[in-house]
Amino acid sequence: MATDPIVRVAGLHKYFGRLHVLRGIDLEVARGEAVMLVGRSGSGKTTLVRCINFLEEPTLGSVEVDGLRVEADPLLSRGREHREQIRQIRLRAGMLFQEFNLFPHMTVLENLIEAPIRVRGLKRDEAVALADQYLAKVGLTDKRDEHPARLSGGQKQRTAIARALCMEPKVLMFDEPTSALDPELIGEVLGVMEDLAHEGTTMIVITHEMHFAREAADRVVFMDEGQIIEQGPPDQILDAPQDPRTQQFLRRFLATGAGSGAD
Amino acid sequence: MAQHTDLTRPTAALEPDVAGELAAGLRRSRRRFRLEVLLVWALLIGALIGSLVAIDKIDPVFISTWAPFILGGAGLTIVICLGSILLATVLAVLGALGRLSTNPIIYAVASLYVSLVRGTPLIVQIIFIFFALPQLGIVLPALQAGIIALGFNYGAYMTEIFRAGIQAVPRGQREAAEALAMPERLVMRRIVLPQAIRIVVPAIGNEFIAMIKDSALVSIIGVTELLWRASSVGNSRFRTFEAILIAAAVYWVLTIIFSFFQERLERRMARGDR
Repeated sequence: MATDPIVRVAGLHKYFGRLHVLRGIDLEVARGEAVMLVGRSGSGKTTLVRCINFLEEPTLGSVEVDGLRVEADPLLSRGREHREQIRQIRLRAGMLFQEFNLFPHMTVLENLIEAPIRVRGLKRDEAVALADQYLAKVGLTDKRDEHPARLSGGQKQRTAIARALCMEPKVLMFDEPTSALDPELIGEVLGVMEDLAHEGTTMIVITHEMHFAREAADRVVFMDEGQIIEQGPPDQILDAPQDPRTQQFLRRFLATGAGSGAD
Repeated sequence: MAQHTDLTRPTAALEPDVAGELAAGLRRSRRRFRLEVLLVWALLIGALIGSLVAIDKIDPVFISTWAPFILGGAGLTIVICLGSILLATVLAVLGALGRLSTNPIIYAVASLYVSLVRGTPLIVQIIFIFFALPQLGIVLPALQAGIIALGFNYGAYMTEIFRAGIQAVPRGQREAAEALAMPERLVMRRIVLPQAIRIVVPAIGNEFIAMIKDSALVSIIGVTELLWRASSVGNSRFRTFEAILIAAAVYWVLTIIFSFFQERLERRMARGDR
C-alpha cells in the first residue's frame, strides 16, 4: 500500500513479564501520511509507539525508520552498538507525551535548543534560529524566555511540539497529546497538529479525539488486545467499520461521549 | 463539639480592610509569641550563668580573657565544614551514580564504600586516616586528614540522599530526553542531575549543620578548631567548665545561624519554578 514507507514495523511482539501486550504488529507509514491509532486503553497503542523509538524494547520483531532497521534485542545483549542504533532511530522519530515532559529547569528556548546543539551538533545561533522558527509556528514566540511552570497546559504541549520539530525528525509520534489538558485547551494543540498534518508531516497519533481524526487523518488504525483489527481512511473506519470489535468500540465511545469537548 | 458546628455554616465575606487587619493582628501576635520565647530563653540562660557566677563556681575573668582565643577556632571549624561538605557532595554524586549503575563493578565499588563508611564510627575513621595511614607511608597534616575523614563519612550518607534525589526526578524527564536522542550521559548531566540537585539542596543544608557539630571530633587529631582550643586552655588552667561552655555556646550559635539560612533557602526552593 505504502510506496515510500518512512516507518515499517514488522512482526512486533512485546511482553511485559507474562503479559502479551503486542501480538504481531505489522504497520507501514508512508512519507507524509498521518496515521491515527485508536482503541480502548490497554489495547497496546502506547506500547506500540514506545516500541517504535525503543522507549520500550520490543520482545520480537523489527522496527525500521527512514531506512534504518533495528531488530528487537530483548536481552539487550548487543550493548553499545544497539544503543547507538536506537539513538539513530530516535533522531528520526520524534515523540510527544501526554504529560509534555518539558525540562522545568530550562526556559522555553533552552528546552528547544538543548538537543539540537548537543545531539545534532548545531551551532548555538543556528539552533536559536531554528527554535524561533518553530516557536513562531506554534504561536509561542512571546513565551521564548519563560520557564515551563509559567505556561498553560496547551502552551506546554505546543512548546513540546516545537521542541520535537527542532530535531527535524522524519516522523512525529504523539502519545495522547491532549488527554492531560483541560477541555478548553485541547483545541489549540489539535490546531497545531492539524496544520502539521496538512503540511505533509509524517505523523503517528494516538488519540481519542474522533473529530480530529476525521479532519486530519489519512488513515485510522483500530487496535484491540495488541493487534491491528482494522484500518483504512477515516470515514470508512469511523462511519462504516467492518469488524464487530471496532463497531462496539465506536458505539461505546460515542455513547459515553468520551473525547468530546474538543474542536 | 457543639460550638464547632458554627464553622461549617457559610459565612459572609469579610470587608477587605477587616481581613487585612485580621491578618496583621495574627502576624503581630505571632511575633509577640516569638519575642516572649526569646525573652524566656535569655532569662533562663542568664539565671543559670548568673547563679554560677554568684556562687563563685565560674570565673568571669577567665571567660573574658580566653573567649576570643576559643572563638578564633570557629573560623577553622567553618573551613573544615565547607571543605568536607564539598568533598562529600562530589563523593555523594559519584556514589549515587554508582549505586544506580547497572554495571556490577561500579555498583560494587559504590555500595562497598557506603557500607564500609556507614558501618564504622566516624571517630575510628578520623583516627585511621591520621594515625594509621602513616604506617603505609601516607602522612597527612591534621587539617587535611580531618577534612578527608569527614568528607568521606558524610559522602557515604549523602550518597543515599542523592540517590533518592535522582530517583525523585520524574521518569518522563528522562524519557523525553531519551526521545530527543540524547545519549545516557547527557541525559544524566543535563536533565536529571540539575533537577536532582534542586531536590537535595535542603537535605545538604541539614547535613552541613550536622557536620558543624561532628567537626568537633577532629580535635582529637590536633586540629586547632573550636573544641581543641577550648579543651587545651581549659585543661591547662583547670577551667574546663568555662572553656567547654564557651565552645558549646559557639557551636550552638553557629548552628542557629546556618539553620536560619537553610530555612530561607528551603523556602526559596519550595517556591521554585516547577
